[in-house]
Amino acid sequence: MINLDPKIPKGELGEKWTQYRGTMNLVAPNNKRRIDIIVVGTGLAGASAAATLGELGYNVKAFTFHDSPRRAHSIAAQGGINAAKNYQNDGDSVYRLFYDTIKGGDYRSREANVHRLAEVSVNIIDQAVAQGVPLAREYGGLLANRSFGGVQVSRTFYAKGQTGQQLLLGAYSALSRQISLGNVRMYNRHEMVDLVKVDGKARGIITRNLLTGKLDRHAAHCVVLATGGYGNVFYLSTNAMGCNVTAAWRAVHRGALMANPCYTQIHPTCIPQSGSYQSKLTLMSESLRNDGRVWVPNKVEDAEAIRKGQKTALDIPEEDRDYYLERRYPAFGNLVPRDVASRAAKVACDEGKGVVATGLGVYLDFASAIERYGKGEAHSKGIHNPGKDVITKLGEEVVAAKYGNLFDMYFKITGENPYKMPMKIYPAVHYTMGGLWVDYNLETNVPGLFALGECNFSDHGANRLGASALMQGLADGYFVIPYTIGQFLSNEIRTPKISDQLPEFEQIEKEAQARIDRLMNINGNQSAESFHRRLGAIVWEYCGMSRSEAGLKKGRQLIRDLRSEFYKDLFIPGTKDEFNPELEKALRVADFLELGETMMVDALDRNESCGGHFREEYASSEGEAARNDADYTYAAAWEWNETEPVLHKEKLEFENVELKTRSYK
Amino acid sequence: MSLTGLFLITFLPVHLLGNFLLLAGDGGEAFNVYAKFMTGNPLIKFISIGLYAFIVIHAIQGVIVWRVNKAKKGSRYAVQAKNTNWAASNMGILGTIILVFILIHMYQFWLKMKLGWIPPVTIDGVEMSNLYATVSGIYSNLFFVIFYVVSMVVIGLHLSHGFQSAFQTLGLNHKKYTPLIKALGTGYSILIPLGFAVIPVWMYLAQL
Amino acid sequence: MKLTLKVWRQKSKDHKGNFENHQIEASEHMSFLEMMDVLNERLIEKKADPIAFAHDCREGICGTCNMVINGKPHGPMKGTTVCQLHMREFNDGDVIVIEPWRAAAFPIIKDLVVDRSSFDRIIQAGGYISVNTGQAQDANSIPIEKDVAAQAMDAATCIGCGACVAACPNASAMLFTSAKVNHLALLPQGQVESSKRVRSMVKQMDEEGFGACSNTGACEVECPKEISIENIAAMNRMYIAAVVGQQDQV
Repeated sequence: MINLDPKIPKGELGEKWTQYRGTMNLVAPNNKRRIDIIVVGTGLAGASAAATLGELGYNVKAFTFHDSPRRAHSIAAQGGINAAKNYQNDGDSVYRLFYDTIKGGDYRSREANVHRLAEVSVNIIDQAVAQGVPLAREYGGLLANRSFGGVQVSRTFYAKGQTGQQLLLGAYSALSRQISLGNVRMYNRHEMVDLVKVDGKARGIITRNLLTGKLDRHAAHCVVLATGGYGNVFYLSTNAMGCNVTAAWRAVHRGALMANPCYTQIHPTCIPQSGSYQSKLTLMSESLRNDGRVWVPNKVEDAEAIRKGQKTALDIPEEDRDYYLERRYPAFGNLVPRDVASRAAKVACDEGKGVVATGLGVYLDFASAIERYGKGEAHSKGIHNPGKDVITKLGEEVVAAKYGNLFDMYFKITGENPYKMPMKIYPAVHYTMGGLWVDYNLETNVPGLFALGECNFSDHGANRLGASALMQGLADGYFVIPYTIGQFLSNEIRTPKISDQLPEFEQIEKEAQARIDRLMNINGNQSAESFHRRLGAIVWEYCGMSRSEAGLKKGRQLIRDLRSEFYKDLFIPGTKDEFNPELEKALRVADFLELGETMMVDALDRNESCGGHFREEYASSEGEAARNDADYTYAAAWEWNETEPVLHKEKLEFENVELKTRSYK
Repeated sequence: MSLTGLFLITFLPVHLLGNFLLLAGDGGEAFNVYAKFMTGNPLIKFISIGLYAFIVIHAIQGVIVWRVNKAKKGSRYAVQAKNTNWAASNMGILGTIILVFILIHMYQFWLKMKLGWIPPVTIDGVEMSNLYATVSGIYSNLFFVIFYVVSMVVIGLHLSHGFQSAFQTLGLNHKKYTPLIKALGTGYSILIPLGFAVIPVWMYLAQL
Repeated sequence: MKLTLKVWRQKSKDHKGNFENHQIEASEHMSFLEMMDVLNERLIEKKADPIAFAHDCREGICGTCNMVINGKPHGPMKGTTVCQLHMREFNDGDVIVIEPWRAAAFPIIKDLVVDRSSFDRIIQAGGYISVNTGQAQDANSIPIEKDVAAQAMDAATCIGCGACVAACPNASAMLFTSAKVNHLALLPQGQVESSKRVRSMVKQMDEEGFGACSNTGACEVECPKEISIENIAAMNRMYIAAVVGQQDQV
C-alpha cells in the first residue's frame, strides 16, 4: 500500500496555514525565471493558477481543449461564491464556513484543507472585485449577499445568475494579461493525452492539437492539472458536452490515485429530462430554493392526473400538497443541502408522486414568494388594500429582478411560464467531489504533479455545499498553489530545463499514438456517443442517487462488458490527422469506461451512506444516510488496474470537529 | 464620416431657406438677389469651397469604408435576414445616388451660373443672372420634377440613418438625450427633403 | 415535424464550401443542437462525415455555439443562443438554412466551426485591470453605485460568441470590444487605465481585420445577451478623448 502522507502542517487548526506559509521554502525571483510550469485546464482553478504563477515570474505554458480559456465550464456556475466576510453581520466567521463545509461534506473531508479554504475565501472576493468582477451591490454601494443551501447565514456573493461567468472572465482577464506580458504561453485547442514522468517526477505532457491531430511534447519542471470533474461519466449531467476525465485519468494511468470517485453530487434543481435524444441537463440555480417551495401532490391519483395532462399544479388545493422538505426538515426547509434535497425528491417520485410524464419530477413553486414580495412592495409603495392582481404584478417584478434570467432560461427550454405555473425540477448529476488524491500542498502522490479545483478530491468530502465550487477553484488557483508549488520547486532550482527529447517523452508519445491508432483501427459500427449514452445509463442506474451492493456488482459487470464491446465495435469517421470531434469524443469515452468501473468499485467498498453516496443497505429508520465512522473515516484512493483496482487509504483525522449525525431537522 | 456628414447636415437647412425664396411669388426677384449675393460674397465663397471639399471627402470616405468592410466581411450569407433597417445597410447605394444627383444638380445650376450661361436680368438697376428663370425652366419639365422628388426621398433615407449615426459615432449619447436626438433625426430627415421636394412640385404646378 | 436542412459544408478554410441537403424528423421538445446531434448520429451510422459544429455548455453561457440560421446568428429567437433554441420555434415542413459565422477575421475551420481567436487577442491587448493576485484591498472599501454596477454587469454579460460580428454587414467587432471596454471603464477600479485600454483594444481590433462600424445596429438585434450599442457610443467617446489627450503610444 502506498503511504499517503497528507503533509498537514503542525499547529493549531486556525494557525496552520499562516505558520506554514510563513516558513515554507521559497523560490527566488531569479530562479523562477528558469523554471517552467505546465498548467492543464483554464477554468477558474487553471486560469487563476496560470495567471498567478505568471505574475510570480515562472514560465507558464497553459493548455485548454477549448477554442478559448473563456469557454471553460466554470462559466456556467450560476448562483454564487461563498466567503466568510460576515458583511451581513449575521454571525458568519471563518470557523463557521469551515464547520458548515465539513458538516455539509458529511465529515469526509480533510480538516486542514477545508479550514485553509475558509480562510482564503475572503481574499478571493477582494481579488475579484479588484479585477472588475461586477458582483451585485446594495443601494449603499456595498456588496450584496444571499443565502444558499445547508447554511444559516448569508455569505454568498453573486453577479446575477452568472457568477461563474463573471469570475471566470475575471480570471481569464488576469490570464490574458500574463499572456500579453509573455509570462504565459497559451495553447488553445490542445488536449492533454498523456503525462510524462522522468525519474518518477511529473515532467511534461503529450498533447494532441485538435485542429491538425498532431501530437506534441511539452516539458516542464512540474505539471498542474486543473481539468475539472468527471460528471459526464453519467452522459446526462449539467456539465458541458466537452467536460471529461481524460487528463486526470491519464495521470492515474501514470501512477496518480483517484480518490473517492463514488462521491458525486446530484443537484436537486434541474430541468427534468424530456426525451431520449437529450444530450445534457440544465441546472436551475440553487438560489431559487431561497424563494421557491418544493412540493408534490399528497395523493398519488392527483399526480397521475397531472402526468396524463388531466390536471395542472394549479388544480391541486393547498391541503392536498406535500411540501415535503418543509415537512421533513423544519429547521432548514427548502434550503437543506443538495444531497438531502435530491434524495427526498427521489423518494417522492418513487412513491408515485412525480409530476412529469416520465414520473421523474417535482414542483418548485414561486406563488408564495410572489405573494409575499408583492405585499411587501405594495406596502412600501403606500398602496393600501392592494388587489390580488396588483400584488401578483408587484411580486412578479421582484422575482424577475432576482431570478429573471433563470426564469427566462426555464421558459426557453420548457416553453412554460414559471411565473404562472410552478417549475418542474428533478435532480441531475452536477459535480464530482472525488478526484485526484492530493496532499495539503495539492500535490498528488506523483511528485511534481499537482491537481486543483474540481479535479482534486480535497475539500468537499462526500457532498459539496452550494457556492463552494467557485470558492475552491479560485482558492486553489490564486492563493494556495502559488505558495505550495514552491515546496516542490525549491528543490528543483538546480534542475536544468527539461528536454522534450528525453527517451521518456519519446516512449509516452508512442504510447499515446498507439492508443489513438487502436481506436481508429477498430472500424466497427457504433459511435462513441452511443457508447457514452449507454455507459451513462448504467452509471446512473447503479451508481446514481442510491446504490446497493447487488446493483453495484451488476453495474460493474455491465461496464466491463460495454468496455470490451467498445474496443470491438467502435466506429470513428474521418482520420486522426485532422479536426475530428468524433475521435476526441472516443478518446474521452474510453477513459470514462474505466473511471465508471472504478466508481462502482469505490461505491462497493464504502459500506456506509454519506453525503452523495447513499447505500440502500445503510440508512436510518427514517431513510436518512447512516455513516459508519468507525470503519470508513478514510479517503479511498484508487490505483487503476484492468483486473482489480487497488485501494489505498488516507485516514481522516478530526481533531477540531466532533463527528455527529448530520441533522437539518 | 460623422464629422463631414454633420457639416453637410448643417448646410441643408441654409440651402433650403434660400430656396424658399423661389416660392416668394415675386417673379424671382428676391431669389436672384440672393443668388447673386451667394456667388459674390467672399466669405460664402470660402464656405462653399469647404462644402465641396466635404462632399468629396465624405464620398471618398464612403467608398473606402464600403470597400474595406466588404473585404472584411468576406463571403455573404445565402439567406440575408432583416435585422437592421434598409437605409442603414445601404448607405453606400444611397450615397452613390446622391452623388449622381449632386453632379446633375450642380451642372444644371451652379456650373451654368459660374460659366455665365445664364441670361441676365436687371433688378433695381443691377444686372445679374436670372437664375430664377433657369430654375423655373427646368421645373416645367415633369421628368426633372420627378427626378428631384425621387432624389429627395433618397436623401431622406440617407439622413434617416446618417443623422443619429453621426451622434453614435462621436459617442454623443445619453440615456435622456439619445431618444431626443433620434426623434430630431427622424423629423429632420423627413422635413428637410420634404421642403426641398415641395419647390419643384409647386413651381411645376404653378406653370401648368 | 419534418424538416429540410440546408447545411453549409466546407472541409477547411482553403476548400470551397457548398450547401448539403438533409431531411430530418424532429420533435418540438428538442433543442436545435439536439436535432443536429440526431442528424450526426444518422450520418455516422451511414459512415458519412458528420457535420462539425461548435458547442459546449448548452446552457447559453459559454459562447461556443454559433450558427447562422435562416440568415440570423443564433436563429430566430431573440436573446437566445443556438443551444437554447428549441424546435418548437419552427414549423413542420420548414426549410432551414444553416451557415457558419461569416467574417474574414473568423476563418472557417470546418463546416460550421470558425476560429474566433481574434477575440482572445483583443482581450489580451488590454481587456483587464492590471492587478496582481494578493494586491487587492478589502472588497467593500470602494463603494460602487448600484446602478453603475448593474450597467457594468450588463456590459460584462457578453459571452464572446461573435454573433455581433456575424450579424454585422461589415463584420465589425465594435459591440464585443466596447462591451469589455465599457464594463471595465464604468468601475472605479478600471477607470485608472481606461484611456490606454481603449486605444490598445481598438488598435488590436483593427489589426485583426474586423470591419468598421456603420451603426446599422444589427449586432444589438442579434446579440444573445442583448448588449446595447450604447456601449459602442460610450467607447467611441472614450476613444476620441483618449486619442485627443494621448501622451504615449500604445
